[in-house]
Amino acid sequence: MAAQIFSAIFVIIIGVGGCVAYFWGANKLLDLTFPSRGVSGTAAVNNLRRQGLVRPWLFVGPALIILTIYLIYPVIATLWLSFFDRGGTSFVGAANYEWALRDPDLRNAILNNVLWLAVVPAACTFLGLIIAVLTDKIWWGTIAKSLIFLPLAISFVGASVIWKFIYEYRGQGQIQIGLLNAIIQHFGGQPQVWISLPFWNNFFLMVILIWIQTGFAMVILSSALRGIPEETLEAAVIDGANPFQIFWKIMVPQIWGTIAVVWTTITILVLKVFDIVLTMTNGQWNSQVLANLMFDWMFRGGGDFGRGATIAIIIMIAVIPIMIWNIRQANKETGGH
Amino acid sequence: MAVATGNSFASRFGVHIAVLVFVVIWTIPTLGILVSSLRDKDQIIASGWWNSFASSSQTEAGRLPAASAQTQKDGKFVLEGNIFGDSAKRNISAFGIKAAAPTQYPAGTSADLGDGVTLQVNADGSFVMSSPKAFEGDRGQRVYYASSAPPKFTTDNYQTVLFSEGIGRSFMNSLTVTIPATVIPILIAAFAAYALAWMRFPGRALLIAVIIGLLVVPLQMSLIPLLRLYNGVGTFFGVPSKTYLGIWLAHTGFGLPFAIYLLRSYIAGLPREIMESARIDGASDFEIFVKIVLPLSFPVLASFAIFQFLWVWNDLLVAMVFLGTAPDQIVLTAKLNALLGSRGGNWEILTTSAFITIIVPLIVFFSLQRYFVRGLLAGSVKGG
Repeated sequence: MAAQIFSAIFVIIIGVGGCVAYFWGANKLLDLTFPSRGVSGTAAVNNLRRQGLVRPWLFVGPALIILTIYLIYPVIATLWLSFFDRGGTSFVGAANYEWALRDPDLRNAILNNVLWLAVVPAACTFLGLIIAVLTDKIWWGTIAKSLIFLPLAISFVGASVIWKFIYEYRGQGQIQIGLLNAIIQHFGGQPQVWISLPFWNNFFLMVILIWIQTGFAMVILSSALRGIPEETLEAAVIDGANPFQIFWKIMVPQIWGTIAVVWTTITILVLKVFDIVLTMTNGQWNSQVLANLMFDWMFRGGGDFGRGATIAIIIMIAVIPIMIWNIRQANKETGGH
Repeated sequence: MAVATGNSFASRFGVHIAVLVFVVIWTIPTLGILVSSLRDKDQIIASGWWNSFASSSQTEAGRLPAASAQTQKDGKFVLEGNIFGDSAKRNISAFGIKAAAPTQYPAGTSADLGDGVTLQVNADGSFVMSSPKAFEGDRGQRVYYASSAPPKFTTDNYQTVLFSEGIGRSFMNSLTVTIPATVIPILIAAFAAYALAWMRFPGRALLIAVIIGLLVVPLQMSLIPLLRLYNGVGTFFGVPSKTYLGIWLAHTGFGLPFAIYLLRSYIAGLPREIMESARIDGASDFEIFVKIVLPLSFPVLASFAIFQFLWVWNDLLVAMVFLGTAPDQIVLTAKLNALLGSRGGNWEILTTSAFITIIVPLIVFFSLQRYFVRGLLAGSVKGG
């Protein structure tokens, strides 16, 4: 273990040192190749111009190389592989997509993903908004927000253990050590094995993600609410608006843009949800989702890269509209500069 | 904001209650595993963790000594002793001699078992059984009793988990993955962000659009080609394909779009006058970056560092694809997932392991919450 600590420290020094050496050295080299000091006027101007052409690429170069290897190339390769067989060697045309249309597991995963998409972003945004409005009014609101925000720091696996403990089941009449079944039994109900109830188990898994992500929605929306001018709210109060009218007709429309951002961010997260399903049910009892199914196909029986890639493409297709919207928004912003 | 709801006492009181309910719902789950991880492992399954400060009660069975231990007293045959023997003492509230009615008699009363035979079991476990006739047989009377043990808290679970279950080793592995995977992207992204914000070159706008597009590309799109690439490189050079170097670079790649995006929007907002006056003084781009931009960007660098740290520490997917599952490579999240399979019912191990995996993020989160929130706002309000 000591060797491992030592090698980790060593690598950090090498990695960081290497980065510094590269940026510093490349700049030095550029200055030496096209000197701008100690040469005649026109030569200096020409060299400065050449430096100006090269230097930006020295700065973005490492990032560009890594982005190409780890994101741009794989996106193209995944698309390519989705037309190949399990080993990625022989071309099979659209066979993987035909399989995708017919496969009952995949259909089940898509339906569950649609269910997740319908529930989780809405629930997080709605709860986040309510908590943001309520905590703004009380003196201990900051502490309350911190505590609700806290699950955001917890890993999906950790959160799954936490909630599996809550859903823990013991036979009827026994002492329940899972909180949910204990409450149900206390009020005379029948304890259930929550995570293996088909269809409803999806919701018990969603609760975990909602528990984690509500804090995110709350923080973003809370800061947007602070941006609403005080005068607007005061005017509404003077005009006799009740709290619900103020909430729905003044606050919500004013922060509509932020709500959209929160909603889309959580939507992307939901499309990628994997850890929770893997650790809670591994897709059993009809709780499969796309990301977990893809992981399954990547390693099932040595792995089927063609089908795995096809599932990745399905996830990507769902993300594309949001991606286009994002780029448009960003262009609008930079266009204004 | 203070004007939003009416100011009547009832509505203000209602707000406090509502927030309290939310806070309780959001904290109880984490509290559950923290409390459970500190409980004795027999008590975890004997009572709910919310009862952990009360004595836990359970029904047990024991056997009285055989007939050979009897003594004669006042013309009666008597068996005496303590039902717990040498084991830890508990409190008995009731006892019985039938499995169907294990708590038929309250502790301290004398039960009439028929034929003049009586049995008394006291709260401390001592018992007296007497009979007008001699006891016979090698097997003593079966006795059932409800006992309660005082609450017992212990750090044994932490010792077990850290040193025998391999969580300690995984903790080191997680650190080994996380620290370089946090530090390396920062420098690379900072230079790129400066170039994209303050240097003019052809293709800049396209590059920015590509990076914003890559922000939302699902990780799943990268996994299969990279797995093939790593396997190919491993075979070609005859080296293992699952290495720490491999996962550092993978996390760097996956973190870069957000890093560049976040840093660029901050660096682009730095005042133009500072850059221009430095340039007039003869500073090169490199000097401007190192001496002016980097120090001024400290808050956003800290924000990104926290994000990347939490993301890498909490990641399961990348670790499962690019790292092995042997003890020298398995990270905390993967280990916890493995324990869920192999130790499914051992809640003392699961709750303790889970708490160890979440403690580092919680500390980072609480000590640096300011930077975290700032990064969150900068990263998402502007469009991501």
